[in-house]
Amino acid sequence: MAATVSEISRGLEAGEFSSVEITQEYLERIDKHNPTLNCFISVTGEIALEQAKTADTVRAEGNADRLTGIPLAHKDLFCTDGVRTSCASRILDNFIAPYDATVIEKFRAAGAVMLGKTNMDEFAMGSSNENSYYGHVANPWNISRVPGGSSGGSAAAVAAGLAPGATGTDTGGSIRQPAALCGVTGIKPTYGRVSRYGMIAYGSSLDQGGPFARSAEDCALLLQTMAGFDQRDSTSSEEAVPDFSATLGESIEGLRIGLPKEYFAEGLDGKIAGVIETAIDELRRLGAEICDISLPNTGLSIPTYYVIAMAECSSNLSRFDGVRFGYRCDNPVDLEDLYKRSRGEGFGAEVKRRIMIGTYALSAGYYDAYYLKAQQLRRLIKQDFQQAFSEVDLILGPTTPETAFSIGAKTDDPVSMYLQDIYTISLNLAGLPGMSLPVGFSDGLPVGMQLIGNYFDEARLLNTAFAYQQVSDWHLRVPEAFK
Amino acid sequence: MSEWESVIGLEIHAQLATKSKIFSGASTAFGAEPNTQACAVDLGLPGVLPVLNREAVSMAIRFGVAIEAEIDHYSVFARKNYFYPDLPKGYQISQYELPIVGRGHVFISPAEGEHKEIGITRAHLEEDAGKSIHDQFPDMSGIDLNRAGTPLLEIVSEPDMRSAKEAVAYARKIHSLVRYLEICDGNMQEGSFRCDANVSIRRRGDDKLGTRTELKNINSFRFLERAINFEIERQIDLLEDGDSVVQETRLYDAERDETRSMRSKEEANDYRYFPDPDLLPVAIRETDIEDIRASLPELPEQKKQRYIEDLGLSDYNAELLTANRETALYFETALAVVPKQCGLLANWILGDLTGALNKAGIEIGASPVTPEMLAQLVVRIADNTISGKIAKEVFEAMWQGEGDVDGIIEARGLKQITDSGAIEALIDEVIANNPDQVEQFRAGKEKVLGFFVGQVMKQSQGKANPGQVNAMLREKLKT
Repeated sequence: MAATVSEISRGLEAGEFSSVEITQEYLERIDKHNPTLNCFISVTGEIALEQAKTADTVRAEGNADRLTGIPLAHKDLFCTDGVRTSCASRILDNFIAPYDATVIEKFRAAGAVMLGKTNMDEFAMGSSNENSYYGHVANPWNISRVPGGSSGGSAAAVAAGLAPGATGTDTGGSIRQPAALCGVTGIKPTYGRVSRYGMIAYGSSLDQGGPFARSAEDCALLLQTMAGFDQRDSTSSEEAVPDFSATLGESIEGLRIGLPKEYFAEGLDGKIAGVIETAIDELRRLGAEICDISLPNTGLSIPTYYVIAMAECSSNLSRFDGVRFGYRCDNPVDLEDLYKRSRGEGFGAEVKRRIMIGTYALSAGYYDAYYLKAQQLRRLIKQDFQQAFSEVDLILGPTTPETAFSIGAKTDDPVSMYLQDIYTISLNLAGLPGMSLPVGFSDGLPVGMQLIGNYFDEARLLNTAFAYQQVSDWHLRVPEAFK
Repeated sequence: MSEWESVIGLEIHAQLATKSKIFSGASTAFGAEPNTQACAVDLGLPGVLPVLNREAVSMAIRFGVAIEAEIDHYSVFARKNYFYPDLPKGYQISQYELPIVGRGHVFISPAEGEHKEIGITRAHLEEDAGKSIHDQFPDMSGIDLNRAGTPLLEIVSEPDMRSAKEAVAYARKIHSLVRYLEICDGNMQEGSFRCDANVSIRRRGDDKLGTRTELKNINSFRFLERAINFEIERQIDLLEDGDSVVQETRLYDAERDETRSMRSKEEANDYRYFPDPDLLPVAIRETDIEDIRASLPELPEQKKQRYIEDLGLSDYNAELLTANRETALYFETALAVVPKQCGLLANWILGDLTGALNKAGIEIGASPVTPEMLAQLVVRIADNTISGKIAKEVFEAMWQGEGDVDGIIEARGLKQITDSGAIEALIDEVIANNPDQVEQFRAGKEKVLGFFVGQVMKQSQGKANPGQVNAMLREKLKT
């Protein structure tokens, strides 16, 4: 089953099947494959069928929109009214959100169907989806491999055809890296493009929601619904949202694409480099002008990111204290005991590690050396991109330095895990949009190519990916076991 | 003069009178059922985000303009991180670097004829926490988050005060100002206006500041004065005994009239302030500031100057009449009726009226004698219908609710006797009955005149016009 959102939309429109039927089919696939992949934390079958029924009625009345009746999966950090929203953490295992995130509200209003909530690294902290209270997610291309993270459940669900599209969030690569490792298409929009309201925060100045799907065409459709100013999020942008689908198919003749030399340097797997080169040739044939550029401060992005993200998360996660909602330890003897044990027992190891590092970075006497310094470096990284975009329209490179690694391979080496984000992380620091699309395989595992755009230039990213996907079929490949 | 000098700075939290909270749409009304005025944002639910209430910013700027402060065009909200059950997010959104209101100042008058400038270091916006309730449930504490997210303006003074009296004068000045500006209701019992005092002592002449303690839990001006005085004495005793003052936070206990240690510096939190990434920096345009400046009401200092220059009131009376907005309003309402009698009116307001209000423990706004009634009383004094002495009786009767001035004068027959024939008859009678005193006066003992005036007034039951009695007596006694 390889249906795309667009195909399902056309099928529903043509009356080839109903939303209830297609939803039922996806629920059956989830039922069959989720025990192997573990990409869903919660499957909301009843809600899905209810919504599908409503969607069919809406369609029968002639009021259907492009997403009406389309089944989707949502990363389990988008709050969903009346449904558990766990962030893959024990501390929220019992948390039923009393409201919808803006993104969920918009999909609901568009008539989309919610299949369930997808697995992830706890509180979006991780690059392998191994840091989940609900267990790791398997990569559909090889179930002994990780799907990437933190939105590993969403990426794997789309790759295995358990959902035609899914939402994710990206703080340092959490959409693009799992998209690359699972061979699907994913886009992280410009910071502020998609409302963060109801999206449980990890690093507030970096977090951004976005879609996963098989194709750029589908991503354009899904992003259209997700994007837009939200008065409940002060950091959301008032920038007008263009019609992303309308510009798909425009020629990329003369498009200037820059290749940062730092993204093709030491650390990049040679086979991945080869696959990317081939994709670049394809773009060249489509008329793109390829040139070399430099992002000299790339090497600073990982330390900068980890100081800022951890500092922010150390504060963002303070509200999980066992007082008002979520996990509370048994029989606390006093307030301090309540805090220590509720948090100690409720959070996993990686979350605790990041809270502790972040707390340290913000402490009196260390603030200037860490947090303030990181903010200065963040400006330098941003300037690198601004300089580059004065010369080129898009930046291109690999999404990850290697393909999906074995489960357990890096769990004892956090720094090597953090290095997985080397090409993706600097975009979040700069607030720029980026996407990953499948461009081939290396030893049977998908390779992702990253396109980076200027601020609010998602339409150009999507169109370039669309142009490539018109002349390739990597994005339509489905792992054998899930056909 | 003591060899010790006390140094005091105040941190005042004024609750801003916005309708909704500083970062959410929930109501700020006081006294609702616990947790009924706390929305998802106030509860700190996962995923929620703050949105700044611009009205709170405007109010902070009003204050800044009124204290002639520097107002930066760029202001930043920061998170102050600490754990407490009534702090839902585990951090308070406050301001650290780049507060809305920078350095400013006010003038205080701690006693008649004294003037002093007090520096204000800064004033910043922040959200209030909820309330912990420890005495309602056995073995448990209750949390009420209605107050969580209420906008506060924290006003931090320089350590410019040298006595509890000055500290109270400063606190009253700020209290008056925020009420003039209509940005805070000033209710200290409900916690809308709270003072924390930083107190240290040093040997007179020393430049270096001593170790300070911070006093909290002070909910009236009277307690502010007592708490500071207690603390100054405590610190003097410590130093004179060869001990040292520990930097700590101390709670004032009004019942025992003492301060008690709450937490020491070692136990103090490292608040890990950093800019709140959920909120954009606040941009304040010069035109915003100018618009606010133009919309300000007449402020106490300007009012005071006008009373002195235009109305000819003394500096002291002008200070007292403008000390709070309600007193000034009372004065000006009454003055509109008797524009030519401002001195007499001022004396009545600051004398009998203030005395009666204090005795009854009520605010001027709730006075049973309205400004119109008091003005009418002044009219009747000025037109000689009653004497000043009789006026006190009329005032008392009005206070008791016996009616308006003319009604009381009529009912009690208090109209002043100004008919010279009637006064002459009284004088003749007194002279005839006191031949010895007449002799004394004629022998040059001027003081006896007072005796005669007293006798005539007594005969008239106080109603004779004292001026007339005086003049006519002199005339009669000479002959």
